[in-house]
Order: sequence, then C-alpha cells, then structure tokens
Amino acid sequence: MTGAPTVSDTPWLDQDGQKPLVQIKGVTKKYGDVTAVDNVDLDIYQGELFCLLGGSGCGKSTLLRMLAGFESLNGGSITIDGMDMADVPAYERPTNMMFQSYALFPHMSVEKNIAFGLQQDRVPKNDIVDRVHDILTLVELQDFKKRKPQQLSGGQRQRVALARALVKQPKLLLLDEPLAALDKKLRKQTQFELANIQEKVGVTFIVVTHDQEEAMTLSSRMAVMDAGRFQQIGTPTEIYEFPDSRFVADFIGSANFFEGRVTEDSSDHVRVQTDVAEVYIDHGQSVLVGSKIWVALRPEKIQIVKTDEPVSGPNTVNGVVDDIGYLGETSIYKVALPNGQIVDVTAPNQSRPTSETPRITWEEKVAISWEPSSVMLLNA
Amino acid sequence: MSDAAAQTAPAATPETKPLMQRIRRKLQNNWRSIVVMVPFAWLLIFFLAPFFIVAKISLAELAIASPPFTKMIEWADSGIMTIRIVFDNFTYIFEDDLYLNTYLNSLKISTTSTFLCLLFGYPIAYAIVRSGPVAKPVLLFLIILPFWTSFLLRVYAWMGLLADQGTINNLLISLGLIDEPIRMLYTEFAVYVGIVYTYMPFMILPLYANMEKLDGSLNEAAADLGSRPTNTFFKVTLPLTLPGIIAGCLLVFIPATGEYVIPDLLGGGNVNMIGRVLYNEFSRNSDWPVAAAVAIVLLFLLVLPIMVFQYFQGKASEAS
Repeated sequence: MTGAPTVSDTPWLDQDGQKPLVQIKGVTKKYGDVTAVDNVDLDIYQGELFCLLGGSGCGKSTLLRMLAGFESLNGGSITIDGMDMADVPAYERPTNMMFQSYALFPHMSVEKNIAFGLQQDRVPKNDIVDRVHDILTLVELQDFKKRKPQQLSGGQRQRVALARALVKQPKLLLLDEPLAALDKKLRKQTQFELANIQEKVGVTFIVVTHDQEEAMTLSSRMAVMDAGRFQQIGTPTEIYEFPDSRFVADFIGSANFFEGRVTEDSSDHVRVQTDVAEVYIDHGQSVLVGSKIWVALRPEKIQIVKTDEPVSGPNTVNGVVDDIGYLGETSIYKVALPNGQIVDVTAPNQSRPTSETPRITWEEKVAISWEPSSVMLLNA
Repeated sequence: MSDAAAQTAPAATPETKPLMQRIRRKLQNNWRSIVVMVPFAWLLIFFLAPFFIVAKISLAELAIASPPFTKMIEWADSGIMTIRIVFDNFTYIFEDDLYLNTYLNSLKISTTSTFLCLLFGYPIAYAIVRSGPVAKPVLLFLIILPFWTSFLLRVYAWMGLLADQGTINNLLISLGLIDEPIRMLYTEFAVYVGIVYTYMPFMILPLYANMEKLDGSLNEAAADLGSRPTNTFFKVTLPLTLPGIIAGCLLVFIPATGEYVIPDLLGGGNVNMIGRVLYNEFSRNSDWPVAAAVAIVLLFLLVLPIMVFQYFQGKASEAS
C-alpha cells in the first residue's frame, strides 16, 4: 500500500479496492410482532454519501439508530471498519450522529456544544480550542460561538448540529433527516452545502431521508426502503432510470404502468404487447417469452402531439386530453387512452404561450409516443 | 317655556351618553390593569396587612389586657399622640439561647429533610418520567393520593407505626429480629420520617414537571459524543433539572422549617422546633409580643432562600 488510499468515485464497483467501511449482514429488528428491519444486507464504502430513502415507518431510522448503538439487534451483525459492533455501546462507537431535532444542549453555548465531544475524548484544551475554531469556520458560524442554541435560527442550529457531529472526525457520520426542519428554499441551498462539506472532510455519510429530491441530490448511492427491506440499491440515476420494481418506479418520481405479455426477446430488444399498444424496448434484458410483465414510462419521456390522424405501430398511441395541470416550468397532461387508462405526460413550457402558438387544450385529440430506450422493464 | 324644554331635553342625552361611553371606554382600555389589581388586592388583604399587624404586635409589650399587649398609639387626655415601640422582644429572643438553638435546630431539621426528600424524590420523579404510558398516570396518582386523606390522620398513623408497642416494633419482635422495642416515636428520627413522608410530593411534582420537558434525545446525543451515562447525568441531566430541584427544595424547606404538628406529635417534647416554641409562647404563655417577634424572625430566615431562588431564576431567564 502506498500512502493514503485514493478513493474512487465509485468505490462500490471497485471490488479489489478497500474493504467496505460498514458491513450490515442479515440485520433484523423487531418490536413485539412488528418487524421494523427485516434481514437486510448492505456494504457501504469509505467516502460514500449514502442515502436511506423511504416513507415513514419503513425502518430507515431504526437502521440508523442501530448503527449509532441506540437500538439492539434481534439478528445479524454490524461491522464498522472491521470491528463488530455487537458489544460496543453508543459512547464507544466510531460514529457520530446528527439528530433530526438537532438535540443541541440548551444550557451550553455553541462553542461548548461543539467542544463537548472532544472533552469526552480528553483532547488537550488547546487542541479543543483550535478544532472548535476550525469547524466553526467550516460551517461559517465563527461569530456565533458564544450564543446559546435558543438564540440561533433554524439554519444556524442545523449547522451547529453538523459541526458538533463532525468535530470528532468520526469514521461514519449518521444524519437523521438533516434538512427536514428547514424551510424549502433553505433546504435546497443546504443540500448542496452538505454535499460540499462531505467532499471537503471526506467522512462517510449515511443520510436518512423521506425526501426523494434530497436523496437524489445528495447521494452517491442510495437505498430505497419499504417494510423493513431494501427494495433497490444503486446510484440516483440507476434508481430513477432503471427501477427494477413497480414500487421503486412509483416511489421515485412518477410513472405510467402498463401490463403486457412478452412476445419477443432477443439480445438487443424486447417486444411487449399491452392492451394499449405494442411496446418495443431496445435494451436487452432477458425475459421469458409469453410471460406477463409490467412496463413503465416516466411522464417526461413521453412526447405529445396534436393530431386527428389515427397512429399505428409500436411505441405510439392515440388519446384525448382529459385534464391539464400548469406548473409554470412544465405542464402535466392527463391523456385518456382508448382503453380508458389515464397517462400522465409532462412537457416543458419552453416558450411563453401566446395567442398565436397552437396549444394543446382540453378534450383535444392527441398522439403520444416514446423512445424505445425510455421504457422501463419491471421485474416485480 | 315649552320651547326651552324642547331645546334642553335633546341636549341632555348627548351629554349623559358620552359619560357612560367614557366609563365603558375607560374600563375597556384599563381592563388589563384592573385584572392585575386582583392578585395585588388579594396579597394586600391576606398577606401584607396581617404581616403588618404581626409586626406591630412584635413591637409591643406584654400587658394584662385583651388582646394581651400594649397599644402602639395612645392618645393622652390632652390630645397628644404617643407612639410606643419596644424592641425588647427581639433582644430577648437573641439573648436567650433557647430561641437561637431552636432556630438552628429547625434549620438543621428542615435542611436535612429537604436533602433527604431530594435524595429519594429525584430518582422517583425520574422513574415516573421514564415509565410507560400506562404506569405513568397511575404512579402520579399514587403520589397525589395521600393528599386525599387528612394530614393529621396520616401523622397519627405514623404514631401508631412508630410507637414502642406499634406495628413496626411488634412485627420485628414477632419475627425474632429484636427482643426489646426500638425507641422511634418521640425521637428526632420520627420527626424526619414524618417531614420527609409528608413533603415528598412537594419535591417530586416540580421535579416531574421539569423532567417531563427534557428532550430524551439530549441523552442520546451525549452518549453519541462519547459520554458515559454517569457523566451525561452530571453534565446534561442535572444542570437541566436545576430549576425543578430549586423549586422542589423551596417547597419542602420553607414549610418544614416552620412545621409545628409533626415535631409536636412525633417528636414529643424531645425535638424542639421553632413552630412549637411559637405555639407555646402564643397559647400557653399568652405572650403575643414575643410570639410575634419569633414569627417575624422566622419570616426573615425564610425570605433568604426565596431571594436566592429568585436570583437563580433571574440568571436562568437571562440565559434563555
């Protein structure tokens, strides 16, 4: 090994690189009859910003609290940096957590809140002063160090909580809904800030969130959780463009679903006959000919044109505009297909509508179509 | 004539109407200060006025009269007013060791009892806060339950428990643990038992109210930052429950210092507390002026901790 290990952008693909920092194996948590986390496996690598995404009660926070040491395991094991965490209490783990409520000590100033963790490690006084100063500079709160948490705004408190968790330079930083308490504008801005800070300090982050946009913006990889299990693990692009189940396709963004039967399966394309149209897919994915299958289409990947002519052939179908939603940057068209199914189509509003430009309006006859590469084949 | 009447009649209405309106408006504008007046009036009538009466008596001399003290203001036949103020009662109290020792003994007993209440009450309050949603209201109810029985009755019950032939001694003898009854009733021990038992809810309830507001995630945050449970208690939990501790201690300390019934019934003649002395002066000796002086000194002894409390409260509100 030479010097510091270089961290690749995609450590999870780098099989003969380093060992995973966090290894979660068969972890299960039960509360009475309810299984909160159900036999999950996950490897997280040094330098990742990993998001656990899911609705409330999906088990994402429980998993995070098990990593922090606040919840015991009913089965399986958690290994952090090669060390089994089974008998390690929360106060001895190489992890730090940023709480959803921030959990700042109300009787201590910003400075003392941040120094608290270092004092527990018996760091020399001068070092504490320096490190607190450095971390306050990083989160741009130097001028507020004497304030009490109650005297800060929500965004400032959030940064103090982050600084307090980061100052101990943990191997793993756990963030429970770090941006949930901020208002929408500040949240968007802070998303990027958080990702920048993570890049600067190089600490591995695990972020729990219910907000898919937050997960997509922040994460290098993410896991979609439901009912205590991982539904899919991958990069934001993989999850969005290649969801492998109806649940994931529906949970992340929105999707139109069609059920059909596989009529042809070759190495470079698949044909599926649905009751609205034939769907031609130009990416090979081996499926059983004759089997029933679900395909999905993202609303923004469907083109819509005004036409009275009947269309034929694969990947296109006639319809009638049932409803329109004007969102400003885009419009949503709800198109009724011949079989009665309503399909969502979004189109960007690239020019200002004027009286001269022909616009698609209610009850208008249209045709929708899509690229063969845009179709998502769902396995479940 | 009729013309004049017709002219003045309509003029009268606009003049009375503004008056009514003015009163109503005055009430509306000043209702805040009127509402605030109520507690002030209450304190004036039931606290400040009696205090001045007692203060006045403490500056009088014992006299064979009814009431048994000299008047402060007297009018001589010639119409000259004389004011008599004597500090003899106070000098008497401070010169006689009996009073000084009794004050000190009262303070010793109330301080120790307060400390014992805190020692037992703190973990009890903490346990109630931490208990489940079913147990919590039951436990709180049990803390409040003794108030539904007469205080005097409960003290008599302790007499029955602690007496030489009482329940505890009989039980211990029948179990063969002791041969002779242990003397408990009419000792300082019995007074401590009585005070700690009686005032425990006054310690637990403010502590409970304070701890209930504590954010449990603060303990987790401390643990997460590497703090062991004992350290977390002293660095996080204890400082944050300080207002509850102060409130509970005052609620126990102040009434315990002036306690009369418990030392009288459970301590017999063996435990001297200032409440008993006060009662004796007032009732047996009929020496109202000395009794009043004893009460005034006691009051100033108790005002001190209140001022300390307010100082702490002021500091706390300054911080937040």
